[in-house]
Amino acid sequence: MPQDAIFSKEIKPHKTRAVSDGLPCSSLRARKLGAEKMKILIKIGLLMGLGLLFIKAHAGDFATLSHSLAKSDYSQKNRIIDELAALDDDRTLVIFKALIEGNLYLRKSDQTVVVGRDSREGVELTDVLTGQPLEVVGIRALEKVRINNSVRGKLRTVIASLQLSAKNSDIRRQSARDLIKSPQPELRNLIATAYEKEESSSVKSEMAMALAMVDIESEDVKLRREAIDILASSYSSEALGILERFGEKDGAGNYKEAEGNIGKLAAEGAERVRHRMEVMRFIENLFFGISLGSVLLLAAIGLAITFGVMGVINMAHGEMIMLGAYTTFAVQQLFPNWIEASIIIAIPMAFLVSGCVGILIERTVIRHLYGRPLETLLATFGISLFLQQLVRTYNSNNVPVITPDWMSGFYQVNGALSLTYNRLYIILFSLMVLGLLAILLRKTLLGLQMRAATQNRAMANSMGIKSSWVDALTFGLGSGIAGMAGVALSQITNVGPNMGQGFIIDSFMVVVFGGVGNLLGTFFAAMGLGIVNKFLEPYAGAVLGKIFVLIFIILFIQWRPRGLFALKGRFVTD
Amino acid sequence: MSSNVKKLVKKTSLAIGATALATGVALAQAAETIKVGVLHSLSGTMAISETTLKDTVLMMIDEQNKAGGVLGKKLEAVVVDPASNWPLFAEKAKQLLSKDKVSVIFGCWTSVSRKSVLPVIEAENGLLFYPVQYEGEESSKNVFYTGAAPNQQAIPAVDYLMASEGVKRWVLEGTDYVYPRTTNKILEAYLISKGVKKEDISINYTPFGHSDWQTRVAEIKKFGSAGKKTAVVSTINGDANVPFYKELANAGITAEDIPVVAFSVGEEELSGFDTKPLVGHLAAWNYFMSAEAAENDAFIEQWHKFIKDKKRPTNDPMEATYIGFKMWVKAVEKAGTTNVDAVRTAMYGITVPNLTGGIAVMNTNHHLTKPVLIGEIQEDGQFEIVWQTPGGVIGDAWTDFLPESANLVADWTPPISCGNFNIKTGKCSGQNY
Repeated sequence: MPQDAIFSKEIKPHKTRAVSDGLPCSSLRARKLGAEKMKILIKIGLLMGLGLLFIKAHAGDFATLSHSLAKSDYSQKNRIIDELAALDDDRTLVIFKALIEGNLYLRKSDQTVVVGRDSREGVELTDVLTGQPLEVVGIRALEKVRINNSVRGKLRTVIASLQLSAKNSDIRRQSARDLIKSPQPELRNLIATAYEKEESSSVKSEMAMALAMVDIESEDVKLRREAIDILASSYSSEALGILERFGEKDGAGNYKEAEGNIGKLAAEGAERVRHRMEVMRFIENLFFGISLGSVLLLAAIGLAITFGVMGVINMAHGEMIMLGAYTTFAVQQLFPNWIEASIIIAIPMAFLVSGCVGILIERTVIRHLYGRPLETLLATFGISLFLQQLVRTYNSNNVPVITPDWMSGFYQVNGALSLTYNRLYIILFSLMVLGLLAILLRKTLLGLQMRAATQNRAMANSMGIKSSWVDALTFGLGSGIAGMAGVALSQITNVGPNMGQGFIIDSFMVVVFGGVGNLLGTFFAAMGLGIVNKFLEPYAGAVLGKIFVLIFIILFIQWRPRGLFALKGRFVTD
Repeated sequence: MSSNVKKLVKKTSLAIGATALATGVALAQAAETIKVGVLHSLSGTMAISETTLKDTVLMMIDEQNKAGGVLGKKLEAVVVDPASNWPLFAEKAKQLLSKDKVSVIFGCWTSVSRKSVLPVIEAENGLLFYPVQYEGEESSKNVFYTGAAPNQQAIPAVDYLMASEGVKRWVLEGTDYVYPRTTNKILEAYLISKGVKKEDISINYTPFGHSDWQTRVAEIKKFGSAGKKTAVVSTINGDANVPFYKELANAGITAEDIPVVAFSVGEEELSGFDTKPLVGHLAAWNYFMSAEAAENDAFIEQWHKFIKDKKRPTNDPMEATYIGFKMWVKAVEKAGTTNVDAVRTAMYGITVPNLTGGIAVMNTNHHLTKPVLIGEIQEDGQFEIVWQTPGGVIGDAWTDFLPESANLVADWTPPISCGNFNIKTGKCSGQNY
């Protein structure tokens, strides 16, 4: 195991070692050592950085530092954070976490530094120094301690270093990952200590990566080689970047890092990582394609019913999606405490809202226009504009739909491949909707009547099916499914009056390509178009990619006018 | 039956009476009012942004009338709706100038609508105040540009990222139309002049309303992990922004890893975002609602009162409209007439306090001198101002970083009196804009 080999050499001279001794992290490390060792260390530290420590002894107590942290400008904050971290005080982690989450305040009345938590009555305060809860005040009585990106980045690294030995393995893993993002040579020994204590193998390998990112810069050739081995076995694009940098050649074609063959090893390692990442990239593209396909499927599946089964060109289909998305927003506004469940509640609600609007449209307008496709097209286009403007008069801006925690973030397969949760759920959801719809159409009485009425209306009527109600329900079903699609789409795109228009063309494209009146065709068309689109995009760009797909469909329809899966046999329309 | 007829007659006569009255009032007013044209889309895709500006102009007119009007006359707004339809902008402008005889027009948002209005406004010798940040490369005799030129937004933003966050690698991400393309061309030339290597710049365009950002975000992530600090400069416009930021957040890219600085995302747009995952991403503007200045507080209060909604944000194009309106009023009072040529000459050197503090000056190239601010998005949908230029920045009509415009200057005072004077050849091209 190359990893273990590295750490047995902990005592070996390290490029950054000498620097690190006088600096803040010496006391960080000191926490891990016994009190005696600490005294010796402090003595050494005093000898090496007498002036620095002397100043610190005066200004460096927690109360003054935390107060000046709250009062200082951005560049001073970075310095004070280092000084605070060096204090070895348990309260620093509290103050850092509050700062990065935007919960650190100065109380205006007496300038105390406090941590605030939002509650129903106002902001609940806790004294940073004593940890005691204080009173609940309004936000106006407080002055927020502001941070910018560079302070935020600094905090993230410092918090990561403080949490490397946290109890929770997820926190440790996150800390290691944060340290991989910004390698800090002065934290080398800290990481090494944490690595040796680490029990979880997955966290351990992340820590080994973090160490290797530092060790590759060291002076010890053996250490560097081992670091290259670790980096070369990873999936991380950060590692690839470093290996490529060390594997660079100069103008004459020789490796810049000639000593101990480092340059050649790094270049070979980079090649291995690159190869591995290309495989991952293919899988990633496939996932992107399926995910785009599932979005297309969701948007098109309602249309596959209204257009595919009933033959109605419904230009207001996009607005049914929009209504569903607005239902999600309404649910979140009505139940602000149930954000986590809001999506689940919104699905049936959106189905009802869009479905009822659909039935209303069918009963009032479309019913009179069966068999006159051009007039249906114009009428539904008018309805689409009407619904858009209706929403616009209510609120012309996009509305914010909150993503619940269980849908945000990603599942990291490895360094090069991570699947976002919202996309995963949408893929599952679209397949579920498709399955349920297929069951409904094939196994239920309503499905049977639907198919009967659309295939031969006169015959169905004479068999006792009330075809006008079946029409209304079918249209309502298609619209309701569009509403459910709107709930899912509210999680990945904007919710506003125009949102439906973005999906109407794509939906028609999918249905026509897949073959009118065929659910399976819709499924394959959506997935096919999604995957082709996503494999084209990296090479052709988003604009050209879209054009290529459109040209492809036009040519395909020339060749097979009835789409991918044409209905066979006698297909009677009225 | 008969009662119905009676009702109808009654209604008709009432309507006729009302119309007559209205015409009478209009005729009476026409003699003693100054007409102000408002040319903003109130329907269609751009209505989202432009309606706010229409309301801003109406609010300013209302305020001015309460203070006694201009030159002893009341101001009268003539509002038309070009419906986000670019050719219609030209028609409506023509109508405002030749039929309604307005003294000034406040209007347009997109560059393409402004380009459509330009020939009309120059032929009729009208006066247009254009309040939105744009790509530059233009200076018309009849237009005052109160929004930012590229050197008042894009270039300071890039400077900030280079100096403060040490950014070495750049992704220029834009929607595929004239503003992002020109801005990115300027930025690319600027970055290269600052020693950034060509392979450290990645430029990409996506269509309007692009909603599937997975591939782009993955590419940005990959581009950003080459060991150099990377930032995204976003000229993504309109609805495509929400899915872009959502995808960034879901892919775990935070502002500390790869900051995104946007030129088209302001307070109004943020109100449609779930801002929690966006904290720390940046925007560059000349105005933020969070700016601490007495003028700003008064403006926000006035706006909330006028619009009767305490939650409505204010934004940068609103400030540009505010400055433009105040300047026009001052210039009319200085000239003592609403005659376009007189007002135009009076405009040069006119000053109005910025809402963010300091003073805005109108230059002879028809662009403003005003400060540039960089803000970071906060959880409450506001921007925290993290940096601002020490003084005002003079708006440059023709950028110095593109070879085709490096030698051009605009100066509408004699002896040059030209919107695109070539300092090398000493000639003014025949084209006016």
